[in-house]
Amino acid sequence: MRNGTSGVLNLFRQGDTEAFEALFRQHQRAVYGWILRIVRNPATAEELTVETFWRIYRSHARFDPGRGFEGWARRIATRAALDWLRAKKTESELSMESCAEVAAPVEADPAVSTEIRRKTALAFGRLPPKLRIAATLAVIEEQPQKDVAAALGITVTAVKVRVFRAMRLLRKDLEKQGIRP
Amino acid sequence: MNANDHDHIKKLLRQSLPPVNSDEGPGRDLWPDVLRRLDVGVVAPASPGWAWFDGALLAGIVVLVAIFPAAIPVFLYYL
Repeated sequence: MRNGTSGVLNLFRQGDTEAFEALFRQHQRAVYGWILRIVRNPATAEELTVETFWRIYRSHARFDPGRGFEGWARRIATRAALDWLRAKKTESELSMESCAEVAAPVEADPAVSTEIRRKTALAFGRLPPKLRIAATLAVIEEQPQKDVAAALGITVTAVKVRVFRAMRLLRKDLEKQGIRP
Repeated sequence: MNANDHDHIKKLLRQSLPPVNSDEGPGRDLWPDVLRRLDVGVVAPASPGWAWFDGALLAGIVVLVAIFPAAIPVFLYYL
């Protein structure tokens, strides 16, 4: 199995499309799931999964089989999602209504009104994409910080700094709207 | 901003934007889209030797020759 896997990885590195398809079949679900966590919209996640695998194939010659495919793919997926966040003004797409179909059920705190939650979601959408993506993965999705760091190509400390800055900006934005979190 | 504030705003954020359910995969097979994007694998249909216009012209000539056999030498002359 190990030899088989490394064989596929080596073939992929040489640009073999059958090996690429095998890797696509094996990893598309994970890549899609990771992107969905960031963009919170199934149609966009599908579009970006295609974009990610296109980028992956385009970069096949730079792939290092010794370092594994999953982490590399996740990093490219994160970059594709970040590019998308930068290109789009996604405030409205981060509203609670738009992500309701993909959001896991969560017990709503009765002390927090729907209006406050809506304003918080909109304020979060106004954060700079680099901060938003770190906070989405580390805070909302509760992914391990080392995974977030690897996906973003930064250190764990840098993830912590970005999350801290995101929370501080979010708090300031909410305070401007008269909400004291 | 102290640690309490930090935790409070994180909690508010999670209430506002709950984590997504990413267990389900994409709703459709994305491989054809990837192939289209790569422009490999999906080989463009080879240009047919006979376009529809060629077929129509041949059919017209056959019909014409069947109706006016005397036209055969004229066609041969112009070939």
